[in-house]
Amino acid sequence: MDKNVILEAATLEEHEAHLPAENWFERSETLQKLRKNKKFPTIWCAGCGLGVVMGALIRAIDHLGLKNDQVALVSGIGCTARMPVYLDFNTLHTTHGRALAFATGLKIARPDLKVIVIMGDGDALAIGGNHFIHAARRNIGLTALVVNNATYGMTGGQYSPTTPLGALATTAPYGNIEPPFPVCELAIAAGATYVARSTVYHALELDKYLTEAIAKNGFSLVEAVSYCHVGYGRLNNLGSAADMMRALKENSISKVAYDALPPEKKATETRIVRGVFINRERPEYTQAYAGLVASLTGVGENAIAG
Amino acid sequence: MARVLMQGNEAIGWGALAGGCRFYAGYPITPSSEIAEFLARELPKVGGKFIQMEDEIASIAAVIGASIGGMRAMTATSGPGFSLMQENIGYAAMAEIPCVIVDVQRLGPSTGQPTAPSQGDVMQARWGTHGDHPIIVLCPVSVRQAFDLTVRAFDLSEKYRTPVVLLTDAVIGHMREAVELPDWRSVAVTDYRQQRVEGEYFPYRNTPDGVPPLISFGLGYRYHITGLFHDERGFPTQRLDEINPWLERVHTKLERHREDIVMLETDIQPGAEVMLIAYGAAARSARHALRQARAAGRKVSMITPLTIWPFPEEEVERLCEDIRRVVVPEMNLGQLALEVERVVGRKKVRRVTRADGEMILPSVILAALEEDNG
Repeated sequence: MDKNVILEAATLEEHEAHLPAENWFERSETLQKLRKNKKFPTIWCAGCGLGVVMGALIRAIDHLGLKNDQVALVSGIGCTARMPVYLDFNTLHTTHGRALAFATGLKIARPDLKVIVIMGDGDALAIGGNHFIHAARRNIGLTALVVNNATYGMTGGQYSPTTPLGALATTAPYGNIEPPFPVCELAIAAGATYVARSTVYHALELDKYLTEAIAKNGFSLVEAVSYCHVGYGRLNNLGSAADMMRALKENSISKVAYDALPPEKKATETRIVRGVFINRERPEYTQAYAGLVASLTGVGENAIAG
Repeated sequence: MARVLMQGNEAIGWGALAGGCRFYAGYPITPSSEIAEFLARELPKVGGKFIQMEDEIASIAAVIGASIGGMRAMTATSGPGFSLMQENIGYAAMAEIPCVIVDVQRLGPSTGQPTAPSQGDVMQARWGTHGDHPIIVLCPVSVRQAFDLTVRAFDLSEKYRTPVVLLTDAVIGHMREAVELPDWRSVAVTDYRQQRVEGEYFPYRNTPDGVPPLISFGLGYRYHITGLFHDERGFPTQRLDEINPWLERVHTKLERHREDIVMLETDIQPGAEVMLIAYGAAARSARHALRQARAAGRKVSMITPLTIWPFPEEEVERLCEDIRRVVVPEMNLGQLALEVERVVGRKKVRRVTRADGEMILPSVILAALEEDNG
């Protein structure tokens, strides 16, 4: 398999055409990303989209040929934040909302590590919203993986900063009256250098975007749109996990197709747009600081004197 | 270093460098900001890292993250910021990640008086985060001690894998004294972290001294750190046979080493029936009162705890055995006095309190010493 061909694929179809014949999970290197000394199954409900995201993350790290020791996973609190415990990297499960701040310290101490921060929508955008915009503003070389299921699943289906208007939640029994955050647009406005969105139905797209995001030298965000059939789905009569997965397929549109729409159709488009929304270059924080240190000391990164 | 006129906050900065601190994250707040300004200037010169975070919650989080990454790390703040940091201080205690938090106390509650000194955070430093947890709190009385105790804070934090609070105040932090500090590069720093272990690494398995060796992230030992109750490998657990040994180890690890951790200065006068117990800025007023009382021919002894948590209860109990009366001046409404009362008995203790942002006058303490000295 030519990894570069996959990375450069512009569309999902093109991406799929270059997939290797063998199953990813049968490759021993990939399996080694799972923790052998941690008992599965996961704590996630049967049918949850988080397993798909975890698979995509593993494959992305594998695509890049990163050694397990080179990767640190940092998470906050919530269903999504439990992901690192199952994976055989340096894993840090922190406090609610603060994963990016912990990760900032870790990345500054060890700029050579690939630090991936795994959060749900409540973790990243409500309690952690301030850290989210400031990490993007600094353009520190972290990858933020936000799994957006539009609800607080672990605590029982309360409304989150990405719950759609009108949706029911256990704390919005008459329908949500707060408009949701557009996650990708927020990251772009704050300064992120790579921003992409896909869904847990489009697992191969997630592989590709996560691969690009982790390879990016700067703050990168991948929004993985998922669902919570147990909390949100049941309250809003959205059916089973399979029904909600199907809805992600039917109610999403690729950015390529979206961009080709006439303006009047774009204005009324309500489907989830999947694609890479920005991929730009800005100075990365830890490198800028290393430059500062070098200018003062005449020595390079990680030279700890004294 | 030559004898210079130096502010307490700057001495803390030098102490941080001497103690091996190479990472600082903080958020500006009076009266602690000089520490951040000093380290923003000095850390990059020695290959260290400084970052101003978006708030105090992020600051302590970044400090813990950097510590896990292998750097000795610190933040400095004052009351409002210290309150914001509490959840993550509990995380550091739970996950046993070394870190140093400087709280330059100002008058509270709430925004209070930003430039006025106080000792109102004594209980917050001990119990500010939720749940039972071990913590070490050190309290300097002078600018020189601000340097020494900062060095010590880093050593204790690394040695016992615990957050350490340097609890000072706007008096010590902003006061300038003539001091002669050692060249910070000449101060010996002991590295307690391990680079490798034989076989599998258990970050939370009990050891004879109760403190499992810490291996930083990225050195080839991939393990899990969490604020959940965890097993020897760091993985979340709800099993009582894993939780209870953890509780036993973590809640006794400082007690087992209290001889090393508890520091206090004593000024004992044979035959004295009155004891002064004071710390931080209040100890300066108390020492003045002590001199005045002795000049007037009265017999008074004094204990200055430099470690206030864990409270030096054995020492206080022993030294107060023949004491009839204990005077405890503090710039709050009576916080450490509660500990003294617990140890020596409530009836023996005379509190001298002040919580309006002014120092306690030596004359007020002197009057309290004399009340019952006849």
